[in-house]
Amino acid sequence: MRGAAVLPQRSGYARLLRWPAIGAATLLTSCAPAGILDPQGPIAAAERLLLINSTAIMLVVVVPVILATLGCAWWYRASNPHASRSADESYEGRVEFVVWSIPALTVILLGGVIWIGSHQLDPRAPIAGTSDPLRVDVVALDWKWLFIYPDKGVAAVNQLVIPAGTPIQFRLTSATVMNSFFVPQLGSQIYAMGGMTTHLNLMADRPGEFPGFSANYSGAGFPWMRFVVKSVPSGDFYAWVDQARSSGSALDDAGYAALAKPSRDVPPATYRADSDLFQRVVDQTAAGSGKANADVTPPMHHTGG
Amino acid sequence: MLGRLSWAAIPTNEPLPLISGAVVGLVILAVLLLITVKGWWPYLWREWITSVDHKRIGVMYTVLGLVMLVRGYSDAIMMRTQQAIAIGDAQGYLPPEHYDQIFSAHGTIMIFFVAMPLVIGLMNFAVPLQLGVRDVAFPVLNSVSFWLTATGALLINMSLVIGNFARTGWMGYPPLSELAFSPDVGVDYYLWSLQISSVGTLLTGINFVTTILKLRAPGMLYMRMPVFCWTALCANMLIVAAFPILTATFVMLLLDRYLGMHFFTNDVGGNQMMYVNLFWAWGHPEVYILILPAFGIYSEIVPTFSGKGLFSYRSMVLATLGICVLSFMVWLHHFFTMGAGADVNSFFGIMSSIIAVPTGVKVFNWLFTMFRGRIVFTTPMLFSVGFIVTFVIGGLTGVLLAVPPVDFVVHNSAFLVAHFHNVIIGGVVFGALAGVNYWFPKAFGFKLDERWGHASFWCWLIGFYLAFMPLYWLGLLGMTRRLEHIPDPAWRPMLLVAEAGAIIIFVAILCQVAQLYVSIRTRDQRRDLTGDPWNGRTLEWSTTSPPPAYNFAVLPKVETIDAFWHMKHAGRAAPPPVYEAIEMPHNSPAGFITAFFATIMGFSLIWHIWWLAILGFVAAVFVVLIAGWSIERDEAIPAAELAQLERGG
Repeated sequence: MRGAAVLPQRSGYARLLRWPAIGAATLLTSCAPAGILDPQGPIAAAERLLLINSTAIMLVVVVPVILATLGCAWWYRASNPHASRSADESYEGRVEFVVWSIPALTVILLGGVIWIGSHQLDPRAPIAGTSDPLRVDVVALDWKWLFIYPDKGVAAVNQLVIPAGTPIQFRLTSATVMNSFFVPQLGSQIYAMGGMTTHLNLMADRPGEFPGFSANYSGAGFPWMRFVVKSVPSGDFYAWVDQARSSGSALDDAGYAALAKPSRDVPPATYRADSDLFQRVVDQTAAGSGKANADVTPPMHHTGG
Repeated sequence: MLGRLSWAAIPTNEPLPLISGAVVGLVILAVLLLITVKGWWPYLWREWITSVDHKRIGVMYTVLGLVMLVRGYSDAIMMRTQQAIAIGDAQGYLPPEHYDQIFSAHGTIMIFFVAMPLVIGLMNFAVPLQLGVRDVAFPVLNSVSFWLTATGALLINMSLVIGNFARTGWMGYPPLSELAFSPDVGVDYYLWSLQISSVGTLLTGINFVTTILKLRAPGMLYMRMPVFCWTALCANMLIVAAFPILTATFVMLLLDRYLGMHFFTNDVGGNQMMYVNLFWAWGHPEVYILILPAFGIYSEIVPTFSGKGLFSYRSMVLATLGICVLSFMVWLHHFFTMGAGADVNSFFGIMSSIIAVPTGVKVFNWLFTMFRGRIVFTTPMLFSVGFIVTFVIGGLTGVLLAVPPVDFVVHNSAFLVAHFHNVIIGGVVFGALAGVNYWFPKAFGFKLDERWGHASFWCWLIGFYLAFMPLYWLGLLGMTRRLEHIPDPAWRPMLLVAEAGAIIIFVAILCQVAQLYVSIRTRDQRRDLTGDPWNGRTLEWSTTSPPPAYNFAVLPKVETIDAFWHMKHAGRAAPPPVYEAIEMPHNSPAGFITAFFATIMGFSLIWHIWWLAILGFVAAVFVVLIAGWSIERDEAIPAAELAQLERGG
């Protein structure tokens, strides 16, 4: 009886403690490195380093300025009898020189960082690797991603299987509005735009699964325009290609036209695909694109409303 | 007859906009009823609606900005709440077609109908007073500008109830904003409300550049102008140079949408990258159109409440001009991820970080102005110190975004969202609120309550940090912007903190309402009878509070910078004033009537009611022509009457 009386009390107390504990724990988990702070390839690692270095360079100036502002504001408050005030002097040449020099020197240093960093991490620049690069063509659709492996004759929707340690050469376009192809843990994003091709080079160091998504708002299904990058050992990759080639259905004109229709939450799938599909999307001669339809039905926007 | 307009335009299936629209409609009806019952219409018509007095127009701009701040805020809290709920399996309470309108409207409203009216309103109120003149160069045009801005604000709010707003984001990037992907009226509301209000803004720019270059008190040389006037000059030069780009870009998008052309379509040779370039060729200068006047406000407030002159006036002027020029050379940093080469990207990255130099100089100058001063922590000064600390952080993250490879991983992320709210809330909004608190006694003759002012400042500051610091972190974790649904449950705690911050900002807004209410109730105890409640330095404090319609009975003679400060401390008695007759411009209903027809025109164009659009356009132009050609003589106040007025007769 006594124990029973004590127990609820204790559990009530524990319940009080539990919520802050859970809160702290979840805050900690959301503070754990992820995204661009947890790089899994050389590009992402270099970009994180650049982020940290640039921040550090600026903190050297910014922290003292913040402290000086707060200190100055507090010490020279009107009610402080100890502060020494000065008359209406408002200008001093040497101080002015320093005032221009500090941000100028910081920016000169950063300018060097920007120039070198931009050239080293140019998305077009091939990544030096031990193996030959793998070519992958990316097509943004409403609201899913199509990955075509032109040298392998296969394609996949909403999953990007790549061999770890192999540089990947991406060509990107969009069969719809502007999107941005982004895998935070692998690094640089790049826009995918209709009628145009952009280029990107990324690499995964190790096997693993990394989330990818569109980083440019593209309409109602945008939040679901996500995919998974599966970085696998080289042997597994070729096994996957063989399986896709043998078991996947062909992504023919009808299949592509169906795929191009707006849809969201599309489960991952693999196909056999022609190597020229990407170019036909860029040229807008693929089935389902405006130009391909033009000789069948007139474009919708001819009436002026 | 009515184009696309039908009863189906009213979104009966979406209760939220209907209810909020109904509430707003009821409030407006109640206000109109109150005005009618109290018989205030003649007063309002005579003293405000048809007024061409820059001070009245400035006040109306500011009121418009503050009212629309509430609208923009309610969008913000709805988005924050959706993101705090719709995580993982939960779908939240807003469907995508509604949520996507909200973030588009939030951005458009906050930039064009909150930040711009606040900044332009304060310039309208203070610049002519600081220059020691009686009005702007073109007073009637000034009224037209205001009412066209109000037209834009009205149209954008009509989209809440009649039809819908754009679901493209506030930048309206094609091809998403093209007819093929956005066939309904949303984008047309966006385009026409901005086209009409931008005409007003362009006219303001022309008006203020002319005023500052051609109308100054005797002796007010360029290097004697208060820094706020310098920043206003630069901001308005940017308006004149940048807004036509926006107008032309929107014209091209309108041609695509209305006449089936292909400037920015995916197919037939359209080039969406051109839109993005043109949009930001306007958009980046726009950032400085907003922040430069805010810098000017801080440059007035910090010296006043430090009891010291501004440190290094000439550096401040040089830095302002530097920012003005540089702001046109950095637009590409908004889309490093479009695939330009390394040379182009690093050029624009370096140019962008160079802007940190003059900005840094300004920060140091404010710091040295406080150094060895006698700092009085009034509400405007609190906002200024809060600004310096906050803005420095926003500057740091801004320069990070200017490093192209860093931008490659944080572009379009919550980090970016945090950055521009950091500089716009911490810079522009704090500046505008500081300016409102600072110039309020000049405008209305009594000071605002300090206790509520302090409370609102602390809530704004804490609310801002709680709402946006988590977003920096979420951006690094890989959260992109404009998500109607959050994929990763690990982000929930941070999103809840952000939600709490947004609620604290709501408390800040409530404090401001309380501040206004309390101050108006107790205005008799807080009258400013001297005209100089803060021991000010510039000419606006040399006249009465509120100033007479003509500002200065006798135009001041300026001999130094901080002209009024030196007049006060010169120690010699002012010579007895010699009054001369003053010519004052007549009231004019031209602005209001033009805007009335512009509203009709905009609404008809959105709904394809062609006959009414033509009618509205012709009528608006006709009113402008009549106003322009009217040879009505200005009203003259004879010298004797002026002398009597000034003696308090």
